[in-house]
Amino acid sequence: MRTKRFRPDVDVAPWKGGHSPYDIIKEGTIALVVVGLLTLVFAVVFGSPDEPAVTIKTWSNATPVDFAVTALSELNQTSGSAMYGAPYNNASVGQKLGPLELAKWVGARVPVNTVRDFVINPLKSLPDQPVLTADLRQWSKASASTRALWLKDYTKASANLKVVNGQVTVSANNAGPVPVFINDLTQMAQTGALDQALVTQSEFYTTNFTLPLLFLADGSYLSNLAQHQHLSGDQWGMMNELGNYPGQAWLWLYTFWYQIPPFNSSANADVLVWGLMMALSVVLLLVPFIPGLRSIPRKTRIYRVIWREHYQGSAEE
Amino acid sequence: MSYTEIERQWTTRLRRRFVHLLPPEKLLPDTQPTYVSSWIYVFGVTTLSALVVVIASGSLLALRGPQWWHTSSVGHFVNSLHLWSVEIFFFAMVVHLWGKYFMAAWRGGRALTWMTGVVTFLTSIAAAFTGYVSQTNFDSQWISTQAKDGINATGAGAYFNVLNMGQMLMWHILLLPLAAVVLTALHVLLVRIKGVVPPFEEHVEVNA
Amino acid sequence: MPFTHVAALLPLDTLGHYLHWHFIEISVANFIVIVLMVATFITALVAPFPGRRRRKENQ
Repeated sequence: MRTKRFRPDVDVAPWKGGHSPYDIIKEGTIALVVVGLLTLVFAVVFGSPDEPAVTIKTWSNATPVDFAVTALSELNQTSGSAMYGAPYNNASVGQKLGPLELAKWVGARVPVNTVRDFVINPLKSLPDQPVLTADLRQWSKASASTRALWLKDYTKASANLKVVNGQVTVSANNAGPVPVFINDLTQMAQTGALDQALVTQSEFYTTNFTLPLLFLADGSYLSNLAQHQHLSGDQWGMMNELGNYPGQAWLWLYTFWYQIPPFNSSANADVLVWGLMMALSVVLLLVPFIPGLRSIPRKTRIYRVIWREHYQGSAEE
Repeated sequence: MSYTEIERQWTTRLRRRFVHLLPPEKLLPDTQPTYVSSWIYVFGVTTLSALVVVIASGSLLALRGPQWWHTSSVGHFVNSLHLWSVEIFFFAMVVHLWGKYFMAAWRGGRALTWMTGVVTFLTSIAAAFTGYVSQTNFDSQWISTQAKDGINATGAGAYFNVLNMGQMLMWHILLLPLAAVVLTALHVLLVRIKGVVPPFEEHVEVNA
Repeated sequence: MPFTHVAALLPLDTLGHYLHWHFIEISVANFIVIVLMVATFITALVAPFPGRRRRKENQ
């Protein structure tokens, strides 16, 4: 009878050796106590970080010019969110994995219109604002080309945008209601009312912070804070935690790719890195079936250290 | 009911199958093969213990809601327990992974044990990620606004919105821990069913 | 529980320290964790495991 070929990286010979007493419940209990104590010690000694959330109020008071410029980019649809593409809108094709336009195929299922959601609707919620109300009416009645002309005029002048005595000042004379929008939105932000308007929109209860987070991320304030704490993508930030706390060391390979060509200069970096990491995860999953990769343990012979007692015993026999 | 009818019942068949696969002395053994004699073997149970502490500390955090820890020193301490138990969990799991790789622990029909381990590892990373974005502080603001680009680029962002704290929190405290616990249970049961992988044979007859 | 009213003994809230080597940038904290992991792995491999005499008797 033909015996099946023994593959040393796949098969094992049945164990015919001895067994010794082993208390599995005791081992588990000791492990739990040790881990529990270690956790307690680390928590008592080091604590954990808790940097308070940034609000649009904080942002607009700390860097009002950055806020006003960001608000303009939402209105003239040049912000990161406005030009994002799926899942927020159809402004761009988005990232491509070779020929695959994955995000675009799934579509804009988390609809965000920066003009409506970040500027017009929040301003509409302000009570007792006759000038603003009139300007909002003017905007709603204007054609797309008229709005574009206003925005072009204001955007050109915004290079010299200043905030003086709480007022956004820009030298733009043919910008229609845009100067009022940007000024009033900045003041609304500085009171904290914009934080609320973006979160609640038309609902009472909400746990969805898509709008305020996108608005925050479009500005420079949040990213400057992150940069200061070494949390940016180009600082291996994905691995890091605030302060001197250990972060997510297990993400080292994921963030590594972002630091090297071609990923570090590619517009499709995110989807390329995801694709690569998914492929590597599948490789890790299928190690038992991959010749070569599954032979490394036998060839490196580290196992001889692990099972040295067994091999010494066999040799003695 | 007749005897044959009892034999054919789902309950009877399932029980028989389970007891055949995992009799009590295999489920809770009182001996181990003598080759189980290295400290590298403790990292599986250490990872499991860390998971217990993670879930316990997370359960305490859940008692007073997601923002409790910002305003309470007790809450902050519980959060610290949760953070450090997660660090220990990943530490132990990776050392366990290294050990199992260099033992080629998939041998002898144990491929599924290896695979459930890898899937548990990946699920744990997802669970940790949803935890980070559920902190309701600056960290979660930054991590979510960055991570959105990676997830959105795959198309998954249309359904898995990392900026939606409510959704992320529910994935973190229910769906992903459930997946991690089920996968861990399967992984541990597979180890019990198959036994701990024996050493490489130094001299083996390789027959044609 | 008295310790719950005390802040951490050695809070790590100060600005992080980072090591740079070519394009690699790693926090001191993460570096320590990784070094500890490797050290733990090596120690686990080489450290003697108790109960040797009992196992020899059972072989």
